[in-house]
Amino acid sequence: MDVAIKVADLAKRYGDLAAVDGVSFEVKTGEFFGILGPNGAGKTTTLEIVEGLREPDSGEVGLLGMRPWPRNPELAMRIGVQLQSSAFFDRLTAREQLRTFAELYGVSSARADEMLEVVGLTDKARTRIEKLSGGQAQRLSIACALVHDPELVFLDEPTAALDPQARRNLWDLLRRVNSDGRTVVLTTHHMDEAESLCDRVAIMDSGRVLTIDSPAKLVRDLHAATHISISSGFLTVEQAAGVAGAEAHVEDDGLDLTFTTHDPARILTALAERSALDGLRVRGATLEDVFLELTGREYRA
Amino acid sequence: MQSFRSLTKAMFLGFVRDKVSLFFTIVFPLMFLVIFGALFQDQGTSPARIVQVGDVAVLDDLRDNAPDSYEALFEVTRSDDLDAAVETVRQGDADAAVSQNGETVTVHYSAADRTNSAVVLSTLNGVVDAGNLQRLQVAAPDVPVTTVDNRQVEDESLSAIQYLTPGLLGWAVSISGVFGAAATLVDWRSKKLLRRLRLAPVSIPEVIGARISVSLATAMIQLAVFIGVASLPVFGLSLTSYWWMAIPVLLVGTMAFLALGMVIGAIARTGEGASGLANLVVMPMAFASGSFFPLDMAPDWLKTISWISPLRYINDALLSVMVRGNDPLSVLPQIGLLVAFTLVVGFVAWRMFRWDDL
Repeated sequence: MDVAIKVADLAKRYGDLAAVDGVSFEVKTGEFFGILGPNGAGKTTTLEIVEGLREPDSGEVGLLGMRPWPRNPELAMRIGVQLQSSAFFDRLTAREQLRTFAELYGVSSARADEMLEVVGLTDKARTRIEKLSGGQAQRLSIACALVHDPELVFLDEPTAALDPQARRNLWDLLRRVNSDGRTVVLTTHHMDEAESLCDRVAIMDSGRVLTIDSPAKLVRDLHAATHISISSGFLTVEQAAGVAGAEAHVEDDGLDLTFTTHDPARILTALAERSALDGLRVRGATLEDVFLELTGREYRA
Repeated sequence: MQSFRSLTKAMFLGFVRDKVSLFFTIVFPLMFLVIFGALFQDQGTSPARIVQVGDVAVLDDLRDNAPDSYEALFEVTRSDDLDAAVETVRQGDADAAVSQNGETVTVHYSAADRTNSAVVLSTLNGVVDAGNLQRLQVAAPDVPVTTVDNRQVEDESLSAIQYLTPGLLGWAVSISGVFGAAATLVDWRSKKLLRRLRLAPVSIPEVIGARISVSLATAMIQLAVFIGVASLPVFGLSLTSYWWMAIPVLLVGTMAFLALGMVIGAIARTGEGASGLANLVVMPMAFASGSFFPLDMAPDWLKTISWISPLRYINDALLSVMVRGNDPLSVLPQIGLLVAFTLVVGFVAWRMFRWDDL
């Protein structure tokens, strides 16, 4: 029972397009697993096959030790799914919506009201779903996925089309869902989201998995340079060159003076000695740089 | 069962909170009932408009001896100019110009309005005959006279509303059945709600069963509202003793329309497509099934088409038990045909059912 999901050599074609092309990965019980990639990378198709919504052309899926295809009602009770679009019953209030889903799973309406509280929508209980904001609808949708207390939760781009504040709130909620001991599988095209939430991520592009590891390890293994910027005008060109030495690269765009280095400690010390820390920003490598390194092209979400 | 109940409840709440679909399933057909009911109400009761030229003894006698009949039958204007009176008739402003010379009554009428001229001619003939008969009876009181006693087969209260109510009710139920099933299916599929339900422990029969329950309840509401409004004194619907047989007829009919709507919902990909396609089916079906006018008046090709329309059997059966007062068993053939239609189309709908647009 250590492995919640086991996917081996999954493939799905639509005509000439290989939407999923030999995908394999495993998700451990209790893990927060991310599937990351630009739009059209095959994340959603992969997820749909794993959930049992589509039949793969080839390959194996084991979900809690069972096969999700054909439709398996026993699995339905143990997994919770939040879909990309808000799949709600028309003109019901938030509470009615959640209670309806609770009833479909044979769960008490007390539990439904409790979930409403968990996602912070108690004050919106009487609001019809058409009147909820994007973030509220997304949280309600997650509550619907969690109402029957599933051990495995799938979230398909839960923060798409949310404003930054709503995204942060949702992240807190998702962390709580995972820390309760549930296995969470999340697809996203936001690199920062995966970096902030996931224990491990699979980076996908063109239907293939490029790499799987923890975000920190992926970034560390990149041995990428650190960018250190201060406001322009505090150091002369000569002083800057002196700080940079032979190892670092210097660039001044009129606003920022930027050092690109593999030895950030030395540059920071040198800047501190000259009291030239105005507007200091230090930017290390991110998953975006990992993607660039893997594919040789810019990340386009 | 729990899932079925929850889905039914959710769907019913969604329906009664939707002002637009409430309008189209209940108010819209009711508007037709009110308009047609009012239009056909005083049909045949308006008096004939005649122009009396000079003295016309038969008319004057009638006015003096039976003023009530005179008022009810004729709306008389007087004139001394025959040419002007004939011109009035030609223009359609009067139904006939009448003059009398000795024992000859001359009637000028227009062929342009056949119905009204036929009415005015037979009315005048009747008046003249009645006068002649009276004079003959005075001359020969011993000769027995044969009279005709006219009796309408329907109730005295028979009016257009008796025919309109069953037809328009059938049409209303067809709208809610076909549109309800098609729209729900397409809407739930495009919103991924069906996909979401597929991931829950819910079966197809439960989803479809919920839709059926809501439509059956809607049909019963429509029946109650239609009978309620048509029975108002203004319209004066009077039901015969087996009107309750309309309930099973409407229940079976709703199933037939749902099956039709499910097929449309399986074909269409968008809500607009579904409602267009549903209109394409429902409107011609209503015309070909005698919902708006009796099929006797329809051309033969339309009558032929009507045989494949489930609405025709519903209208026939409703008319039979609600208005004609036939006994409940008389509509069993129609119910049987509706069940057969439902089974065939329902099977097609079952085979075409898709959870998803994948």
